Amino acid sequence: MDASLIVLALMDGVSYAALLFLVALGLTLIFGVMRILNVAHGSLYAWGGYFAATLGLAITQFALPAWLALPALFAAALVIGGLLGTVLEFALLRRILDKDPILQLLVTFAAFMVLEDLQRLIWGVQPVFVSTVVEQLGTLEVAGVTYTRYQLLVLPLVAIAAFVGLRWFLGRTALGRQVTAVTHHREVATAMGVNTHRVTWLTIALGGALGALGGALASPTTSFTPGIGADMMVLSFAVVATAGLGQIGGAALAALMIGLARSFAVYLMPELEVLMPYLIMVGVLLLRPEGLFSTVAARRI
Amino acid sequence: MKLVLQIAAAAALALTAGLATAQDKPAELKIGITTFTSGAASVFGVPAKAAAELLIDEMNKSGGIGGVKVVPTFIDEGVGGDKMLSEYRRLVQEQGVKTMLSAISSGNCNIVAPVAEDLKVLNVMWDCGTEKILEQKRYKYVVRTQANATTEMVATVMYLLKVKPDFKTVAVVNQDYAWGRDSWEIFLNTLKAFKPDVKVVAEMFPKLGASDFSTEISRLQALKPDVVLNTSWGGDLDTFVRQAGQRGLLKQGATFVMPLIESSLERLGDAVPEGIVAGARGDHYWAHPETKDDPKHKDFVAKFKAKTGAYPIYPTYHMAQALVGLKAGYEAAIQSNGGKWPGPEQVADAMRKLKFKAFGREITMREDGQGLEAQLLGLTKRHPKYPFAVIDKMVLVPAELVTTPVGQQSPSWVKSINPSLAKVLSTDQFKTHDFK
Repeated sequence: MDASLIVLALMDGVSYAALLFLVALGLTLIFGVMRILNVAHGSLYAWGGYFAATLGLAITQFALPAWLALPALFAAALVIGGLLGTVLEFALLRRILDKDPILQLLVTFAAFMVLEDLQRLIWGVQPVFVSTVVEQLGTLEVAGVTYTRYQLLVLPLVAIAAFVGLRWFLGRTALGRQVTAVTHHREVATAMGVNTHRVTWLTIALGGALGALGGALASPTTSFTPGIGADMMVLSFAVVATAGLGQIGGAALAALMIGLARSFAVYLMPELEVLMPYLIMVGVLLLRPEGLFSTVAARRI
Repeated sequence: MKLVLQIAAAAALALTAGLATAQDKPAELKIGITTFTSGAASVFGVPAKAAAELLIDEMNKSGGIGGVKVVPTFIDEGVGGDKMLSEYRRLVQEQGVKTMLSAISSGNCNIVAPVAEDLKVLNVMWDCGTEKILEQKRYKYVVRTQANATTEMVATVMYLLKVKPDFKTVAVVNQDYAWGRDSWEIFLNTLKAFKPDVKVVAEMFPKLGASDFSTEISRLQALKPDVVLNTSWGGDLDTFVRQAGQRGLLKQGATFVMPLIESSLERLGDAVPEGIVAGARGDHYWAHPETKDDPKHKDFVAKFKAKTGAYPIYPTYHMAQALVGLKAGYEAAIQSNGGKWPGPEQVADAMRKLKFKAFGREITMREDGQGLEAQLLGLTKRHPKYPFAVIDKMVLVPAELVTTPVGQQSPSWVKSINPSLAKVLSTDQFKTHDFK
């Protein structure tokens, strides 16, 4: 494996990690605040992608200006994340906050299945795909290999922006600090006058929007088919488990590790590609059972 | 006294056995059809179901099968093998269904074949490709009304050799499951029989349902193989073609071989460049060079388009073959049964001696239950009349040339292919037909 191949593997790994990170970020954020592992998060990814494709198609159909294609991806994520997140929060999650973790898992899994079926009703079973954005942005050549600008620049930039933005929001704004307070201790935060309901609702909507953004950003390069949400769910759970539940910095590192390991595997040992995320997860958890970045004090169990 | 009882029992047994074969004509012929209505493979299952409904309707309008109305019950294969099997059993054991069309997935065919044999019901494997089932065991109740994976892959190699005789390196990007692995093995072994010094530069098996092939694409761009095989289908194939197209890989000189791309062409629209070796898992295409003006075929294409909004793809043709074959089988069995309604074993037996024609060339059934179906292959081409790529330079590879003979096993037969077979490539059997 020579230097140019290492560069190629790095770039592929980073763009893959960017998407994975966005989805995992949403999952880990919701867990941090609610202590619920939201399996329905996979559906948000799928819905985000499908809805972005629908918007993309509408842009072509109604001959709207082409530059709308990129903003439409973000709009799709916000709408789906806000809408589904709100519905999930009000209808389910806030009702099971103090229930057994197993029950919480089952309830969100049920929600996942309902959403998956609804998605089949709305978008059908044929693969859905709209790639205007990628074509608009064009390609770049690196070491004799063609990359799309979308994959090489847009995806990592969005992931970095999401990471920095979220850090800033949680650490520097009043609302963000309330979220952090609820993450640390819900009851104490309530006693101190934090409106936990509002904070929870906001977090779910934001986390949902991040999951949906992962889907929306994947939609220009990936065909959306039934079952795509489940795959992403499993993978992003691997990221979150590796990182330590509720850890944002850890999620970034874990996503990067998994993305890079996967792309190096394709060059060196393609047989291991599929296994890579789980090998990393097992390796990390053997050494650090709480995950990469986890602090023991913040955990409930 | 004991003797008398024994004789009476034997007579009773003989009588019921007789009843089982020469039944009265039923009020309706119930058939069970397994197909994917959920999961990724519903890209095949849903169109095939639409075709089945359409064709059975037509069939019933003209008297059904042997004057009996056909009533289908559909089972979803997407629920997983175990659950599908219990539905299958329920249909047979509780509702008395004796004719099953199953399945799309080779895994599911592996599951139902021995069960059909056990339950003594006719099972027509209507879409699955694995050649192993009928090669490794002799079945009485199981037949297949289309080609198998060996026929498909050997025909693909021969077509590739016709359009691109000189190449040295090959790479593969297949889905990581039985079909992806098996098809590569047959393809490579066949290729090596013709070209012993061909070099494999990369073997990549991304997982089934993968959504990102970016690393595979980078690696192919760096390796620059002469030929790239990709036998994937549905969303996986669509995603690969899109991502490879976006990054210019499809136009960088390699010949791409995509034996299932016929089923994705309309969806992919202008993402498919010209010159990809395209297959259709058999002898079918809505613009089939020999049958496209056939009134029955034309009618089917028109009605299917009206019903679903899309052109028919190969699983719908496989469904047509299964239904036409079933009807022909029943009618042959009725005739040889002296006009009486036949039992499943009689139909299964009749189907092994059958020749029938759906919307492609005539299909000949063999004594092992395997159908001999020609293979349509071609090169993709853009056409001003259609917003998607069509198949041009079509060759109908005769099945006899590329199918493992009865009693032999594909892995060893494929390796024993004589390279002099390549002589047929320039004969009339490999005549190319332009898209019209």
